[in-house]
Amino acid sequence: MTPLAIIEAGAPQDCRPHPRFLLTRPAWQALTAALAVEEATDLLSLWAEPGMVHAAFWTAGRLVLASCPAAEGRYPALSPARPGAVRFERMIRDLWGLTATDGIDARPWLDHGRWPAAPPLAARPAPVPYPPPQPEFLAVEGEGVHQIPVGPVHAGIIEPGHFRFHVQGETVARLEVRLGYLHKGTLSLMLGKPARVAARFAGRLSGDATVAHGWAFAMAVEAALGFTPPPRALALRAVMAELERVHNHLNDWGFVCNDAAFAYPHARCGVLREGVLRAAREAFGHRLMMDRVAPGGVTDDLTPAGIAAIRAALGKVAEDVPALRAIYEGHASLQDRVVGTGIVAPSLVARFAAGGPVGRASGRRFDARATPSYAPYAAPRVPVLAAGDVDARVRIRIAELEESLRLIEALLADLPAGEILAPLPQRGGEGVGVTESFRGECLHWVALDDGGLVRAVFPRDPSWLQWPLLEAAIEGNIVADFPLCNKSFNCSYSGVDL
Amino acid sequence: MSGSPLQKLLWPRLARGLFSRPLTDPAPSPPPEIAAALAERLEQASQRRLGRSLAIRQVDAGSCNGCELEINALNNVIYDLERFGLRFVASPRHADVLLVTGPVTRNMRAALLRTRACTPEPCWVVAAGDCAVDGGVFKGSYAIEGGVGDALPIDLMIPGCPPTPTQLLEGLLALLEAQQPARAKK
Repeated sequence: MTPLAIIEAGAPQDCRPHPRFLLTRPAWQALTAALAVEEATDLLSLWAEPGMVHAAFWTAGRLVLASCPAAEGRYPALSPARPGAVRFERMIRDLWGLTATDGIDARPWLDHGRWPAAPPLAARPAPVPYPPPQPEFLAVEGEGVHQIPVGPVHAGIIEPGHFRFHVQGETVARLEVRLGYLHKGTLSLMLGKPARVAARFAGRLSGDATVAHGWAFAMAVEAALGFTPPPRALALRAVMAELERVHNHLNDWGFVCNDAAFAYPHARCGVLREGVLRAAREAFGHRLMMDRVAPGGVTDDLTPAGIAAIRAALGKVAEDVPALRAIYEGHASLQDRVVGTGIVAPSLVARFAAGGPVGRASGRRFDARATPSYAPYAAPRVPVLAAGDVDARVRIRIAELEESLRLIEALLADLPAGEILAPLPQRGGEGVGVTESFRGECLHWVALDDGGLVRAVFPRDPSWLQWPLLEAAIEGNIVADFPLCNKSFNCSYSGVDL
Repeated sequence: MSGSPLQKLLWPRLARGLFSRPLTDPAPSPPPEIAAALAERLEQASQRRLGRSLAIRQVDAGSCNGCELEINALNNVIYDLERFGLRFVASPRHADVLLVTGPVTRNMRAALLRTRACTPEPCWVVAAGDCAVDGGVFKGSYAIEGGVGDALPIDLMIPGCPPTPTQLLEGLLALLEAQQPARAKK
């Protein structure tokens, strides 16, 4: 039986618009065995609630959820069949205390031994012993291998994380990333809150993707309640989401050049990006458009002055991008740094089901705006490359940013009239929301109780499936190219630290 | 058509450079009450040592990275932080200011305290963003200390979620103002 057939043989649960099936433990075990021999089913997410684990799969152009009861705190691991499951399983043990039987890595992930009681989301957290344990890193053997520990506090203005390099001479033999420093207990804060209050946390999962995460959460809540937001609200969400993509892609493009010590594109992208942020403030009242997407619609309407500000800022971007692209492509010293650096093999991207520019630069054609698709998007152009190096990831970003300019103009030219925010019905339900952020797909699952309060939730940032590939990208490269590789991925730390 | 290709390239660019306005914004003025309050707390000795420039080490102690985006924006040519003598440095050992964001997660507390221990005296600690001020939306979580002030003595708070580059700049300029020798003040 295929993994999909095994899942669909389970007991259907009322989850919208993507179905969820409750599997028995033997069925889940059969699923792990089927996944081991079949490669076409992507594991997109794995999470838990007390006594139960849930997984989201992408198979045959469909999103399907499966659940397995975790009797006595254990469930059969997916990590032997899907390497992307490893960090989810470690996270599930740290937060809910559920152990993946036969999982391939049992080390803690988010839990650094510093919370007052653990596991924090379990029914009965227990006090934690002191002192906190030292982290263990995978060993590397060989002549002359030594370690370079970096972080959690880095030299630049970036998020904290620890990078453990094993190097031989200048060459990186292995990089292992240790995250969790930004764990804020976001899930615990969302539980028991009304959807509109919980949305503030979704909007702060990863500040740079606040619109995409806010939208994915709102979409999940609205699906759970069987509620369709007003058409104008959907169009405004898309305008904000594309503005977010433009400013982040400009930022990443500039920073990659800067990390190759080529300052001009960085300076120029900085100017253009600042223009976009100021237009966002003019149009929506906040530079990053935080808290503007709310379950039920959007909070700020777009005025003619706002539209003019957006058009002016994007006009400058459209005017400058061809010249910047010529500079990026025309300087041998810059191309020498980015071409052939940090290659991720398409086979690896496929195994981890990594989305966003990381996936599309290595041949994985997945963009949530195209499939499963959501309103108001209609077949956006999805650029795909096969090279999988820093250059390919930059080129994907440039192409996407140009496509976003086109999309925003099309949206602004045809804005539906009408209300922007409608009251939500007061009832329970379970829903899934998927949006495409500049980084990849944001996948939110939420269950609301009968009073409309969040009973269980899991917002999955795209970085979960990209971080492990960064470790693969740097292997065999020199240490000095790490900043380039890292910036070309630009994974979120906060988004996965929860 | 006259003129070599070089001239054709050069003259329009030169003319643009001479007659166009700079991209950089005019400087904001820091709120005087903040500058005055800071000046009171600053000793004569540290004024001599710090002079009219500040080296800033940024520490993310749990932010959602929204604050980092806006702090990074200070370096773009529109805000051009370095014209004020303010610059970001790569090590706390080179820093006069720790610019801390986030509600200080329990997992970052030790790293933050060690960063502070590495920073030479005199040192200012600035809490930037609502989370750094008092935990912000994450107040009450098991995983946070509740604000930078709960881990370290702080000198200045810059609220906002996230604070805009202009608000950050006002706060940092207030630190500079506070260091002016007393006679330079009215």
